[in-house]
Amino acid sequence: MRHDHLITSKQLSRGDIETVLDYAAEVDADPSALADRHAGTLLGLLFFEPSTRTKMSFETAMKRLGGGIVDMGSVESSSVKKGETLADTVQVIEGYADALVLRHPKQGAATMASEFVDVPLLNAGDGAGHHPTQTMLDLYTIRENAGLDDLTIGIMGDLKYGRTVHSLAYALTNFDTQQHFISPESLQLPREVVYDLHQQQDGAGIKEHDALEEVLPSLDVLYVTRIQRERFPDENEYQKVAGEYQIDAETLEAASDDLTVMHPLPRVDEIAPEIDETDHAAYFEQAHNGVPVRMALLDLLLSDDKSIEGGSDE
Amino acid sequence: MSNDHDHHDGNDDHELRVSKIRDGTVIDHVHGGQALNVLAILGIDGTEGEEVSVGMNVPSDRLARKDIVKVEGRELSQDEVDVLSLIAPDATINIVRDYDVVEKHRVESPDVVEGVLSCPNAGCITTGDEPVTSRFSVLEDGVRCSYCETIIREEIAELIDT
Repeated sequence: MRHDHLITSKQLSRGDIETVLDYAAEVDADPSALADRHAGTLLGLLFFEPSTRTKMSFETAMKRLGGGIVDMGSVESSSVKKGETLADTVQVIEGYADALVLRHPKQGAATMASEFVDVPLLNAGDGAGHHPTQTMLDLYTIRENAGLDDLTIGIMGDLKYGRTVHSLAYALTNFDTQQHFISPESLQLPREVVYDLHQQQDGAGIKEHDALEEVLPSLDVLYVTRIQRERFPDENEYQKVAGEYQIDAETLEAASDDLTVMHPLPRVDEIAPEIDETDHAAYFEQAHNGVPVRMALLDLLLSDDKSIEGGSDE
Repeated sequence: MSNDHDHHDGNDDHELRVSKIRDGTVIDHVHGGQALNVLAILGIDGTEGEEVSVGMNVPSDRLARKDIVKVEGRELSQDEVDVLSLIAPDATINIVRDYDVVEKHRVESPDVVEGVLSCPNAGCITTGDEPVTSRFSVLEDGVRCSYCETIIREEIAELIDT
């Protein structure tokens, strides 16, 4: 099927993903080839939560495609402050823009918003739910560094509220991967995500752990997320787990030389800066990949002659 | 002929504690303790003068303990039966006219229920002021919010939006 909106990575087949990644690689090789492709096209940015990378990379991508952006600005300076509903906001901005990018603190916001608009809507994060465009750049980075099949990946940190984690985990079920989820018990994957992963992969490729040491030597990729201190009701509970989910050069002595370390950023203290200069570090490359991947996604969603209906699922 | 004659749990004397109805619906084989939730789903709280008989924790061969709800003068719609299935998956619906059971069927779970349950996830977009009707897909052992994807397996009755 052709996708008019991009709400969750669950809607993407392997063929869809490969279409986007292959096209992103073409764009990455020669971004100027698409310089005028969407001249006159406007992308509406509706960010109800703070964002640096996602918002700026969408803005950059649209401008590199020759188009422009219309930005709602901060919630504080918008009509949202006056009590306007999200449903009304998206219907208004739909009249100004050719596609919408939405970030919102509520889970399901993008699903609901997509029911009110006809232009393509891309989910740029809905609460603790999904973040599918982040997943596409994550997959692009993983493929560049380690390939996407016969892959063992560890995903560590705040798995409960980490929307990038949920989206990535769903997408990886399209590939021959072993997924190891490493977190304190209080931040384990939501049970509905585990339910979905088992449905999609019979649970065979899914394992949960509380210690990185259990799996580190077997990993091709370690995807680290920030443990969100503010989520813990008790500071003492945070202190019990915080140090265990930081990695430094000493930690990685037990890892494969080929281990790729990723992080959706921003990081706080979970990856020591000394790792930045090693061959393991891929997180800045990962952030940079946001532009070509989002250029590819926008072009596929905005063009009549292209789509992410994808190829074979085989 | 009494509609009660159609029940063969071997405890007619228990069932006769609940009065017969002339026209309406008998909801039988409701899991023990769920009768009041059945009434909540049907929007029956007694204030409208409805004639309702309830049997609770009646011995049953099939369920061990079951509840029975008899509603006089009202035949349930398919929508109401669909929602009933969420908390009473083994229920039997008997439509009674002039003391005869003219229809008898088991409830069947729908694929989706809309506007009936409230999502318990405070972070779900449906819990705010948006003009959106709640929607849940029905799983084998629970329901799932179509927006935030939260799965609810227990205490579904508490989510009934009355």
